[in-house]
Amino acid sequence: METNLLWMIAGMGVVTYLPRVLPLIALDTAIIPQKWQSILKNVPFAILGALIFPGILHINEGSMWYGIVGAGIALLSSWLNWNIILVVLSSVLAVSLFSFLGL
Amino acid sequence: MIPIPAISAANHDFKRGIQAGLSIAIGYLPIAFTYGLLAKSSGLSLLETVGMSIIVFAGASQYIALSMIAAGTGAFEIIITAFIMNIRHLLMSASLNEKMEEDTKWRKAVYGFLITDETFSVAATRTERKLASSFMLGLGLTAYGSWVINSGIGYLIGAGLPETIQAGMAVALYAMFIGLLVPSAKKSSKVILLAGTAALLNSLFSLYEPLSGGWGIILSTIISAAGIEFLMKEEAHGN
Repeated sequence: METNLLWMIAGMGVVTYLPRVLPLIALDTAIIPQKWQSILKNVPFAILGALIFPGILHINEGSMWYGIVGAGIALLSSWLNWNIILVVLSSVLAVSLFSFLGL
Repeated sequence: MIPIPAISAANHDFKRGIQAGLSIAIGYLPIAFTYGLLAKSSGLSLLETVGMSIIVFAGASQYIALSMIAAGTGAFEIIITAFIMNIRHLLMSASLNEKMEEDTKWRKAVYGFLITDETFSVAATRTERKLASSFMLGLGLTAYGSWVINSGIGYLIGAGLPETIQAGMAVALYAMFIGLLVPSAKKSSKVILLAGTAALLNSLFSLYEPLSGGWGIILSTIISAAGIEFLMKEEAHGN
């Protein structure tokens, strides 16, 4: 392995690991004020929104419709309480079909 | 799953974690595969390609590292970029800390390595009040295994998946995020407000180059999570 690249990978590993682990081992949930705990409990839903948009609209360089079709099927199937794996597979299948048909 | 009394609780939680991680494993497949492919064309060896997946385990930063290596960027700039991309894990880790069972620091340090956008999202949207460490371990290792193995397969096979399948699989992780969000959104309008606000803000931020990527997600999450908490408190007082 090239030494320079090895150091780069190790460095990336360190700067990626620290933010993942520091709050887990350094924060004591018992002493965090109630207001902060409420905000932290909001984080998962806010972050999901930010992870989905606008990223899903750019899954295909040519057209936003790929993302819209995929999102629509995922919304529908999860609204019907399908298992998450089925939600993923049906959305993948729909977008593959959309691409295959060259719409 | 049928509970079998003979297996320990930790073992049971670990298996439930693996089950919960399967959708991530599927979603990671095309991304890791493509990463392996790009790494090969960027001139990395198999060991370097898989090594980066083993040590870094962060999709977006690995992709960006490849394009920066190809552009001849120095190691220091690449490491700083990886850091900026992954600062958002601070938020996830702090949020997850509220939901995890008490455990020793070293065990937390082990499963903490496995926090990604996806493992965090699956864990944080579970309906259990507290999550077992062994659940998180099973979940994380399933995602990690898929990431590492498929990076290697992508490198070795060295050709892309058929185009239509590739186009379809690009939606996999987004579909998973939607599938995680909808059950909670059906039950609570606050969830819709939180996700909708962050989605809107991130879409706006993405139009402004310095905030596209890592910072936009962090900022929109903080503004939405804190702002809505603040506004709802005000409203509660007003009533």
